[in-house]
This record gives sequence, C-alpha cells and structure tokens, in this order.
Amino acid sequence: MEILVCARRVPDTSENEIQLNGAGNDIERDDLVYSINEADNYAVEEALQIVAKSGGTVTVATVGTDEDEEILRREMAMGANQGALLCDEAFSGSDGKGIATILKGLVQKGKFDLILTGVQAEDGGAQVGGMLAAMLDYPFASLVNSIEVLGEKKLKVGREIEGGNKEMNEIDLPCVLSIQTGINEPRYVGMRGIRQAQSLEIPTYGAAELGIDSGSVGEAAAKVKRDDYFVPALGKGAEILQGSNEEIADKLIELMKAKGGLQ
Amino acid sequence: MSARIFAYIAHKGGVADDSALELMAAAKKIDPAAAATAVVTGWGAELDAVCEGLRASYAEVWKIASESLAYPNAELIRKALVKVIPAGSIVLVPHNHFGIDLGPGLSVKLNAAYVSDVMGVDGVEGPYLKVVRQEFGGVVSTHVRCDVSSGAVINVRPGAFKPIDGAPASGTVVDKSGDAGALSAGRRYLETVVAETGDVDITKEPVLVSVGRGIQEQDNLTIAQELAEALGAVVSCSRPVVDAKWLPKSRQVGSSGQTVKPKIYLACGISGSFQHLAGLKGSPFIVAVNKNPKAPIFQVADVGIVADLLEFLPELTNKVREAKDAHASR
Repeated sequence: MEILVCARRVPDTSENEIQLNGAGNDIERDDLVYSINEADNYAVEEALQIVAKSGGTVTVATVGTDEDEEILRREMAMGANQGALLCDEAFSGSDGKGIATILKGLVQKGKFDLILTGVQAEDGGAQVGGMLAAMLDYPFASLVNSIEVLGEKKLKVGREIEGGNKEMNEIDLPCVLSIQTGINEPRYVGMRGIRQAQSLEIPTYGAAELGIDSGSVGEAAAKVKRDDYFVPALGKGAEILQGSNEEIADKLIELMKAKGGLQ
Repeated sequence: MSARIFAYIAHKGGVADDSALELMAAAKKIDPAAAATAVVTGWGAELDAVCEGLRASYAEVWKIASESLAYPNAELIRKALVKVIPAGSIVLVPHNHFGIDLGPGLSVKLNAAYVSDVMGVDGVEGPYLKVVRQEFGGVVSTHVRCDVSSGAVINVRPGAFKPIDGAPASGTVVDKSGDAGALSAGRRYLETVVAETGDVDITKEPVLVSVGRGIQEQDNLTIAQELAEALGAVVSCSRPVVDAKWLPKSRQVGSSGQTVKPKIYLACGISGSFQHLAGLKGSPFIVAVNKNPKAPIFQVADVGIVADLLEFLPELTNKVREAKDAHASR
C-alpha cells in the first residue's frame, strides 16, 4: 500500500509555555521549540505499521519552508521512505482550504492508496483531511483510532465517538483518514537516527510542479484569516492558595473537609 | 446581512441534540434579524419526532428523509445537504465527532468558507463574519475573520453558546427529501463498540484525583495513587495519560471518555482543555494543581495551587494521613 502522511511542524507545548507577546497580538515566538504535531506523529507510526504488515511505502509531506524540513527528516529517521517539502512563496498565508489544495496537487502526482493526517494541530482546525478528501472525492473518516486492512480495496476503521465508544466503519480505498492520538505507541527516534537522516535527499515541490494555480492558494485566496491572539478576561477564576506546600496542604484539607470530601 | 442561516440538527432516539438551541443562539449572534432554518436528516418515526419537536423553536424545519440516512453518515449527509442548501448560505454544525466529519468537506462542496470550533461571534463587518476561537488547548484565543460572501460552514463548539428558546413556536416542516435524491458513500457504518468498563467506575466516585500530562512519567502515578488511597478516592486522568497507555481508557474524564460528577475533583497537572472539562458535570468543587499559572484550568477551578504536583501531592498525602490519624485517635 502506498501511503501519504501529511504532517506539520508546530510549537511544542510540552517544551514551551504558550503566551502572548509584548504587543498582545500574537503568541511569543522567540525561542519557541518546534516539533512534529503530536497527532501527525501517530499517523506516521500507523502508516509504518500498516506497511510492515501489508507492504508498500510511506511518504511524509509538509507544506512549509526550509525550516519545516526537520520534521520530515525526523519521520524518515522513524522509518518513512520518502519526504516531500511543498514550498513556494505563493503558498504563504494559506488557510485550511489553501493547504488542502496544495496537498491535492501532490496526491494527484502520485499513486497513493491511503492518505493520513493527524486529527488536529494545537493551533489548527481539524479541517485539512476532510477538505482534501472532498476535493479528491475520496471517502473520509475523522478521529480514527484503529485501522485494519481488509484486502486490497478496503479498510475497517474505528472512530472515537462520545463516551469512549467506538464507531466501526468499512471504507473504500483510496481514502483519507484523520488519525487520533493514542491509536498506537509511536516508536522512539534516537539522535543517531536523526543525524543519519540529515544527509537524505528531500525533494521540494512548488506551485508549478504541483500544477496549482497560484491564485487558488496563499494569503490572497484565504477566506479565513486570524486577526490576532488574545487572552480573554478571566471569569471568577480560582482562589489561589498561597504559602509553603505544607501551609497550602493544611488549608486545602480544611476546604475539602468543608465540602465533605474528607471524613 | 442577507445570507440565509441553516442549523444542522443532530439527534438521537427521536430527540434533538442539546446543540439545537445553541446553534439558534449562535445564528442570532451572527444576524439578530435572521430566523435560522433547522435542517434535519434521518429516517422514519424518529426523524418525524425530531422535526415535530423542533417546530417549537424553529420557524422553519427542513426535513430530509432517506432510509440510507437512518444512521448519521457524514458523507451521505454532505451529499444530501449540497443538493438542498442554497448557494451562499451560512450552515452551522455542532463541532463534535460528527461535525468534524461533516464540516470541512461540506464547505468544499458548497464552495464556502470554513471555520471550525467557533466559541464566540463578534458580528459581521462587510463581507466578514468575525468569530472567536481558541488555540493551544485554550491557553490563548484568536479573533478570526471569515469572508462569508460565498457562504460559510461554521462548526460551533458545544456548550459555548447559551441555548435560547425561539419565540415563534408552531413552525412549519418542509419536506426536502425529493431534492436530496439517491445517495451512496464510500464509507459504510458497521456497528458501535461500547466502551469497556474498567476495574473501577469513576462515574460513581465522590472524590477523584485526576492526573494529566504534568505527571510526566508512568512511575509518578504512584504519587497520585497514594493520595487517592489516603483520601479514599480513586485516580482518573485526562487524555494524554491514556494516549501514553499509562491508565486504561475507562479512567479518562472528557468528551471522548467518561462523564463524571464527583463532589470533589482534584485536577493535577491537567491544563483544562474544553474536551476534558466537558466530562465534568454536577458542579464539583474543583481543585487545580498546576505549575503553569496561566493554565486554563485555573479559570474554572474553585481553588488553585501553583506548584509542581510531584512535590505538592506527597505533602498533601502526608497531611491527609495525619488528619485522619488525629481523627481516629480522638
């Protein structure tokens, strides 16, 4: 099976505290540590596991600039066969639909049976996979938390729905799936592997190579734009307990006793 | 603004989802003068019951009946809506596991703009609808501008808009089934696998010690378990802990996990995403322990402790044990 995984480089919230910049209109981007979007990493792991069982290759693609190449190398160190950097000035400022349009260009260049995305990025809208599927007229399933290959033409996929329940579906290939975190246990990637991946060739594709009309992507085509970031005025907010840990623990026990949580 | 507004109504067992009146509230924020039209898909007596119920609050209810729509398959529903919804409309969809399936693709096929997980509407300015979203798990919010001149699909966060009861009542049901025509999809529903119940039922516990990403390592769970034991409570968790396979899914609190209603909820190292908070009902007394003073959990907690849970929880455990011993020896 030929699998394409669409991935993104995002600020890593386990390494940074996201906060507003001084001007109060964007997040503070100086010294941010970036990494691959968590759900996208699960998607790559899932692709690798499918290929290990059923054969085929895994290609990881991202829309971005030279800086974003590092996540492709990381996923190649993990085992992906190829990377693809979709990079063009014309792509800058694209909204979700623009990104899906760019990815569609790559899909139509290749022969992919299965396209995976992460379900959502922390600064994203859980939208690109569903848009890409509709543009290609492929079936789509979001929030996928299990995949079983049923022969050449079909998959059985589980979707995470309310209450921890799982909705089972049969889906025809080719299709697009958005992968939920927790579907597998992504393998560890060591520094050595990442170093080795530094020398790998990663092809870059621009609008012309992808057969994309520059007017259909980028900032000018974007119907959805983020004006600014802000932190909303707090509601009532918590009463913050002050003091040493010991003092706080004493106060908290009194409060919990009053609420009937401690006999 | 002249665009017609539609609200896609999810339903189950013949009853409209809570989002039905929330979407009406969102529609009023977009255009106070507009009377949003409900659009409902399904089959049989259940569909008729939903439409009948909606007449009380929506002036017009569009019904699309087809046996193939008996189970809500987003691909089939999208195909039906594309045939029925007029160009340039604004379509509101609840942002849940179904809306995430439907909204993005629907916007492509309607050639409309798409905004997901909207939690506020600031109004309309020229061709732009101005909305509010959250990013990074609710740590920051954004103002988003969406050009709705060729229509839009807006996925609305459940619970973000206070439901309003429409005044009109006795609305009319319009049968649009004929326009939708025959439908087929590349994805077919098989069955729903109900969540396994674990060794403990966190939905029935009065006190929960809940841990999130801040627990850092599986071995650190012992710290939470010791506190839970001292309190006579059990340990629950947020999504990252289940994703890491440190605790079973049955211990997860949130929209994709369990809905709990404890008296006291200790959220330890949990940032407080809306998906997590959606699993907390019955107004528990929430105690938040988090290193990051800006964590959204502090906005909803009753009491906050800005501390490393790995240091604070053992201290609390000791104090709880002392308090119990003192009580026992009296």
